[in-house]
Amino acid sequence: MSFISYLINGISLGSVYAIIALGYTMVYGIAKMLNFAHGDVIMVGGFTIFFAVSMQGLPSMVGILLAVVLCTLLGITIEYIAYRPLRQAASSLAVLITAIGVSYFLQNMALLIFGANTKAFTSVVTVPAIKLAEGQIMISGETIVTIISCIIIMAGLTLFINKTKAGQAMLAVSEDKGAAQLMGINVNGTISLTFAIGSALAAIAGMLLCSAYPSLTPYTGSMPGIKAFVAAVFGGIGSIPGALIGGIVLGIIEILGKAYISSQMADAIVFLVLIIVLLVKPTGILGKKIQEKV
Amino acid sequence: MKKKVVSLLLAASMVSAMLAGCGNSGSGSSDAGTENAGAETEAGDADAAQTETDAEENVDAESEAAPAEGSGEAYKIGAIGPATGGAAVYGIAVQNGADLAIKEINEAGGINGVMIEYNFQDDECDNEKSVNAYNTLKDWGMQILVGSTTSGCSIAVSAESANDNLFQLTPSGSSVDCIKNDNVFQVCFTDPNQGIGAAQYIGSNGVAEKVAVIYDSSDVYSSGIYEKFAGEAANQPFEIVSSEAFTADNKTDFSVQLQKAKDAGAELIFLPIYYTEASLILTQANSMGYEPKFFGCDGLDGILNVENFDTALAEGVMLLTPFAADAEDEATKSFVSAYEAAYGDTPNQFAADAYDAVYIIKAAIEQSGVAPTDSVSDICDKLKAAMTEISVDGLTGEAMSWEASGAVNKAPKAMEIVNGNYSLIQ
Amino acid sequence: MKRLKLSKNVKDNLITYGIVILAYVFMQIMINTGHISSLLQGLLVPLCVYVILAVSLNLTVGILGELSLGHAGFMCVGAFAGAFFSRYMENIIEVSLLRFVIAIIIGALSAGIIGFLIGMPVLRLRGDYLAIVTLAFGEIIKNIINVLYIGKDSNGLHFSMKDSMSLGLLEDGDVIINGAQGITGTPKDATFTIGIVLIIITLVIVLNLIHSRDGRAIMSIRDNLIAAESIGINITKYKLMAFSVSAALAGMAGVLYSHNLSSLMATPKNFGYNMSIMILVFVVLGGIGNIRGSIISAVILTLLPELLRGLSNYRMLIYSIILIVMMLFNWSPKLINLRKKYSLRRLFQKTGEV
Repeated sequence: MSFISYLINGISLGSVYAIIALGYTMVYGIAKMLNFAHGDVIMVGGFTIFFAVSMQGLPSMVGILLAVVLCTLLGITIEYIAYRPLRQAASSLAVLITAIGVSYFLQNMALLIFGANTKAFTSVVTVPAIKLAEGQIMISGETIVTIISCIIIMAGLTLFINKTKAGQAMLAVSEDKGAAQLMGINVNGTISLTFAIGSALAAIAGMLLCSAYPSLTPYTGSMPGIKAFVAAVFGGIGSIPGALIGGIVLGIIEILGKAYISSQMADAIVFLVLIIVLLVKPTGILGKKIQEKV
Repeated sequence: MKKKVVSLLLAASMVSAMLAGCGNSGSGSSDAGTENAGAETEAGDADAAQTETDAEENVDAESEAAPAEGSGEAYKIGAIGPATGGAAVYGIAVQNGADLAIKEINEAGGINGVMIEYNFQDDECDNEKSVNAYNTLKDWGMQILVGSTTSGCSIAVSAESANDNLFQLTPSGSSVDCIKNDNVFQVCFTDPNQGIGAAQYIGSNGVAEKVAVIYDSSDVYSSGIYEKFAGEAANQPFEIVSSEAFTADNKTDFSVQLQKAKDAGAELIFLPIYYTEASLILTQANSMGYEPKFFGCDGLDGILNVENFDTALAEGVMLLTPFAADAEDEATKSFVSAYEAAYGDTPNQFAADAYDAVYIIKAAIEQSGVAPTDSVSDICDKLKAAMTEISVDGLTGEAMSWEASGAVNKAPKAMEIVNGNYSLIQ
Repeated sequence: MKRLKLSKNVKDNLITYGIVILAYVFMQIMINTGHISSLLQGLLVPLCVYVILAVSLNLTVGILGELSLGHAGFMCVGAFAGAFFSRYMENIIEVSLLRFVIAIIIGALSAGIIGFLIGMPVLRLRGDYLAIVTLAFGEIIKNIINVLYIGKDSNGLHFSMKDSMSLGLLEDGDVIINGAQGITGTPKDATFTIGIVLIIITLVIVLNLIHSRDGRAIMSIRDNLIAAESIGINITKYKLMAFSVSAALAGMAGVLYSHNLSSLMATPKNFGYNMSIMILVFVVLGGIGNIRGSIISAVILTLLPELLRGLSNYRMLIYSIILIVMMLFNWSPKLINLRKKYSLRRLFQKTGEV
């Protein structure tokens, strides 16, 4: 019985990783950059909802909408100021470093604005928990909402990319920026759109992360951000279904590792499994194997 | 060729960036530099730290008899703690707590008529940065140190302060290693003291028979208390049925630790951790429908002040802490209202420790009669002697007194959270 | 032409060494005449540590062309191995210099061996996948150190992965590595002079490696793996060589780091991915593959937060802005073109031709 409840806890945790990883992988897939600031955009989303809903007493839908709008604008601004000038830089590492700079910036800005004190987030999820086996096993409302959101977002993104013109433009840009430009695609606009969508997803992820684990500090986003990065690689970075699977698998491993091996070594166990998976399948669970041309 | 030009340009830009950096460095350290230079010319080869303090004043460097009263000199007290990074909440509390006490003392006419100058430096909760902060304060002319806030940083800084023989009083560095050097004193309890105290309290009051522990294995404070608690538990009439850890990188989900405690039938969970994580544990236990008693140490104080926290969750939580912001005594009340007015936050135990630290220093200065014109080393020696003679009533303890080792003697108070307020268990 | 190029290399290297030695002499004069603040004096050894780390990571990132996010892990291994040795031998080897030199060798060797062992399986991954695996290894190392307890008593050494009680030490026992509480009381053997010597050793190793036959083989892997393989270069061997040398040098920096502080703990701040990323920032800002650039940017970025202390609470915010601006300035193609335009004009005026 306890195994099943560990498994469910693992899925709960994993679904939170997955929803963050979706944004990560989306940006990586199109813009081919690791956006280390993604976790901090999540934090900004969390704080926006906290202030709108818990402090100002606005309805939660308004708060969420506000967070989505704010994070989208933030994402576009960050891309415009810090990433776009480096798109043609000699090394792709340059933009990774500015992403780190942006991450520091957002953390310290939040520290100055919101203070260091922990804030308790009130869950905006109103779905009741499901109890099974006479209350022995419980699936929280947050988990249900997170998983459903993940699936909706995954399906929505897949449809968007495959069926709309803007989505096709994104695919073209991710394949070859130069060729895409020659085809009349607005590369800068497309990448801006990618960041806008990625950051909107971050706002939603922020809401769900803070609802599931209701403590909010300026550093709330950074660690889940790294975990989600791991999850995205796990699933095959760039692959949208891969992010979902990677996230959930990571959550389950983490919980089961803690439960059955050692709670002190939980991090080591997760990373060890990751290494083994990557050694067996070097591009992650659902990653495409790229044939190198000679 | 093109590449070479680019690299040349890169180098050029680096140089210009470096020049920018140097420009900064010039303005940043110039006052410290000149101050030092002044000190050198004045006192020749004497101990650098000593000369620095003397550099400020233009009296004879060796004159120890110079009267302090009304001479316009000031005691220079420095403080160190994390003001940025994940532990910022503790460092900022220390910064403000000490600041408040110093303002009060200065408004009331200082110590024997001598004002206090105050300088706080950020260490990001990193041992190395803490030493940098210490050196910055030394350049500023610090005579007495309140810090560092966290144990690891305190240990690192204490090696330096012992070397300079500079008096150090750590408000909240609780590891025994913090006070290894004889120039360092503590305001808070040591970790062993807390761990053993908690185990004895649970045992002798029959609070529970089956106890689970959840602690942070990557944290000095938490693992230190846990170890002593587990050691003492063997002598007590209760049993530790589950002890699970978490780490700094893994502190959002506690479902496994709670599930294990629940499966082992624990009636009480001992939480030798800080309140940020504890608030998550309480929330998650509640959503699991698991309702054991919770018992914590001083790190748990502050849980009721987490903004927007549902205090009903903390109902019945017991903690051994020297300070509670909701206490009814006059001193605490006026401290809390003054702190809230000045910084817009409810003070936690760290703020109270730092506030007490300043008043302890004041008492020790009054006892020993050191003057701000004394050398750092002399101040340290005199304060060291005075510390064992004084007894201070502070926010975090009544009639606090000190061993020569640096450890504090004070009685922990057992608190219970009732109706969203701390109340003393008699 | 070839001769000219070679001498250019030599000249280039000599400038690098010259900068380090000049900096040393300058600082020594400042120290001896007392024109130096305690802050700067306290920063000298950490500066050496970060310079070594940046140069050694540049070997992996710039010369081998592989992204590693686990450099702090190797530093951690070196730091703990070295500090453990020094604590264990504190009363056995009395001469601190000798003890420290042995500690450095032990730290470098153990980090190098760990680097070799990790490198063997993972170096066949590429790009971001290699980055994440090295990050994972760094975190594993940190996590293991945090649950490692080693004590010594008259019966010898005791190990535990649980807590210090289970070591079962006798009365005279001494817990050397105490889990998360790390190692305290490491003798403070690190000095600026030793730090500079270690920087020079690092430079000699790295620069000679780069300009040797092996180094050219390593760079050919970076530039085109398939082409390098096709002309019979043993990819695995050269990758491993660069990677483990880089790890060993990081271990050496770790020993220096641990002998400068009396309390050594493996926190996310000093040995976690944050530190690895920070070292990567040094390398990228200084110019990938540019050793001298790494040295300069490591020094600037270590000094910067300290020099910004006057800004009190705005310090780290301003630091992050400066970091972003410096990155844009150094890497943005538009800005590079702009700079090129202006500095080329000046170049033409001076020499008449390029």
